[in-house]
Amino acid sequence: MITLADMLTLSGVLFALAVAGIFLNRKNVILLLMCVELLLLSANFNFIAFSRMLGNLTGQVFVFFVLTVAAAESAIGLAILVVLFRERRSINVEDLNTLKG
Amino acid sequence: MRLTVEATSVLVEILFYVFATLLVVGALGLITARNPVYSALFLVFAFINSAAIWLLAEAEFLAIVLVLVYVGAVMVLFLFVVMMLDINLAELRRGFTRFAWLGWLTACAVIVEIVGVVWTHGLTGIDVSKGFVPEPASFSNTRALGEVLYTRYVYPFELAAVLLLVAIVAAIALTLRRRPGLKSQDIARQVAVRAEDRVRVVKIAAEKRS
Repeated sequence: MITLADMLTLSGVLFALAVAGIFLNRKNVILLLMCVELLLLSANFNFIAFSRMLGNLTGQVFVFFVLTVAAAESAIGLAILVVLFRERRSINVEDLNTLKG
Repeated sequence: MRLTVEATSVLVEILFYVFATLLVVGALGLITARNPVYSALFLVFAFINSAAIWLLAEAEFLAIVLVLVYVGAVMVLFLFVVMMLDINLAELRRGFTRFAWLGWLTACAVIVEIVGVVWTHGLTGIDVSKGFVPEPASFSNTRALGEVLYTRYVYPFELAAVLLLVAIVAAIALTLRRRPGLKSQDIARQVAVRAEDRVRVVKIAAEKRS
């Protein structure tokens, strides 16, 4: 039987790996977007675990909305990425310094 | 052969640990892969294992949505963009290990904190060592979710739809590119054309044959 503690620990490990991924791949915008997806997934694990534990469907409805917003976010993020690549021929975060004073 | 309740419970737990291990391996592969294409494929692997875990936790609808929407649409979009862009990987990989210690340190801190809270401190009012109560066989997760989504959460649901519309419009508007000198049709101008703009009737006086 899956316990709440198992689920929360798994979600914590996923979250930690995603944060580590943001540190490791801090130059590559595509990988940053993927790591954000992983962060949202780990948050969804918590919602589902508590929803099942407390017998309340609201958590699962919230996961549904998180999935919607994450899909919209990645679509717009990738669109910005494509425009950025057209302008700069690179997706390095360090090249995004036009607004630097 | 039908399994007893205890056997099912043990089987579910074993499956959970198998999928959880694969999920963590997928996440590790995602953050350390050399090539963004491999990263995207590792993320697909992680999503599929998450969907399996959600199925074990009896959140069937969300598991299917995760596979359909994420693996089927979002990750294909990611792969498409990764393969479309001609990226200089060597430049992006430079300095990969410079802040790696900070990343692993943060990861360890987060894991220690969450494990500490969950396993030693516990949560007030909730017994974390209890398992999920299995739903009866006649229970439909999709039906229950639909009932609550279309009644209590109907306005947030509509808002989510509008949000997706805004995302479509934004993504298309951002990437739309009009090249000058492109010979494309302009339907409105074609429809609005009048005969006198195109045809000129010229009257020429007849000449004598010489």
